[in-house]
Amino acid sequence: MENSRIIMNSARFGLTIRRLCHQLIEHYDDFSNACLVGVQPRGVWLSDLLHKNLQELGVNNLEHGKLDITFYRDDFRTREKPLKASPTDMPFLVEDKEVILVDDVLYTGRTIQAAMTALNDFGRPRKVALVSMVDRQFNRDLPIQPDFVGMRVDALDKAYVSVEYVQHHGQDQILLFPQKPE
Amino acid sequence: MATLQQLSTRHVLGIKYLTEADINLIFETAEEFKEVINRPIKKVPSLRDITVANLFFENSTRTRISFELAEKRLSADVVNFSASSSSVKKGETLLDTVNNILSMKVDMVVMRHPAPGAHHFLSRHIDANIINAGDGTHEHPTQALLDSFSMREQIGDLRGKNIAIIGDILHSRVALSNIFCLTKLGANVRVCGPPTLIPKYIKELGVEVSYDIRDTLHWCDVANILRIQLERQDLRYIPSLREYAQYFGVSRELLDELDKPIVIMHPGPINRGVEITSEVADSEHSIILQQVENGVAVRMAVLYLLAAMR
Repeated sequence: MENSRIIMNSARFGLTIRRLCHQLIEHYDDFSNACLVGVQPRGVWLSDLLHKNLQELGVNNLEHGKLDITFYRDDFRTREKPLKASPTDMPFLVEDKEVILVDDVLYTGRTIQAAMTALNDFGRPRKVALVSMVDRQFNRDLPIQPDFVGMRVDALDKAYVSVEYVQHHGQDQILLFPQKPE
Repeated sequence: MATLQQLSTRHVLGIKYLTEADINLIFETAEEFKEVINRPIKKVPSLRDITVANLFFENSTRTRISFELAEKRLSADVVNFSASSSSVKKGETLLDTVNNILSMKVDMVVMRHPAPGAHHFLSRHIDANIINAGDGTHEHPTQALLDSFSMREQIGDLRGKNIAIIGDILHSRVALSNIFCLTKLGANVRVCGPPTLIPKYIKELGVEVSYDIRDTLHWCDVANILRIQLERQDLRYIPSLREYAQYFGVSRELLDELDKPIVIMHPGPINRGVEITSEVADSEHSIILQQVENGVAVRMAVLYLLAAMR
């Protein structure tokens, strides 16, 4: 990876995931009315990891959904090329539940806006909280803030942050690129 | 973000002009839309700023409702037009009719027209995306796409599979589009019907020809059975419907002879007791109603992918 800089290494990555899980346990206790929803495709990698770690910490029966937001994006016709849709796998309704929405990088907030619109098609949640591995706090277009954050990154608009996972990229780490790679 | 992909064409005029990659992209997108239409809330906001005109210069029930549902489930605005209640009867030309509609800011046109090539003509003169919903005896691309999509659901990848198209091949736009689509996907295609209803040079398209229904059913994995299009036949191509049913109708007895699984399809409308008996149409082999369900998902995918390129 040329030009990229590691801003979170594998050891800290593991600690951060653990810390996020403990924060979630502190907040949701036994998760009796909660469900975990990852945003396709990359948010699902993070929600899979959180789900697995929560299980190791004794949280069982936590419902886990995968939400694709391609059809809900507000920029779908202004992009140069259309995005390919990923599967949505929501085997439950979110009616009156406390939804823990998971995405890897919170940047402009538009993905989360689309995800909340999409979520409404599966019922009216009691509450929605947002878990984000990376919060690019000064690059927001919309008034959306995360509730649980892995790390905060202050970067220029044109910079690109990539969260990588051992299963998909060979290494758990977070990289910062000066601009989005081709 | 997921891979960036788009169709190679701005219009869907016929399967002939789509590539294998286009067809597979439509199928992959349709799978996601199939999940959407099986949700409690069957709607996504993708096409909320798009207006679609459905122009039907020829009768249709299934295709028209299917397109209209697909458009509405993508949140598009829809206007409907049918030739029987319009100025076409007063002598207006096709181009004038369509230009008048487009000047009201319509983005996409779904059209069925009795003249083969009407969509080609329009595509040279107007800016909107055009989807062919049937042009005379030429092509009916979305029907072929939903047929292949339904086959794929039943028997997996179509490469190397044996698919039979049975009935009135001569007058059927469904047959021609199916032949293009299936051969592009690598299937072995055979047409079967009375010699008078099979075009003379059909083998040029890379299909086999058979006049023996029993042998064809033994050969194929999927039988797509077409209707005898009496409304397009100004000559007598067959002695009688009764004789056709006798020689080419698919009956329970014929299926019982087979010692292998077979999928029976029909694009509708069915003439029960002519090309297919009620027992077969309603049997466990038949996926006629799944075809209709898939039709909405496939049309949503086509509309979505074309809208993305505007």
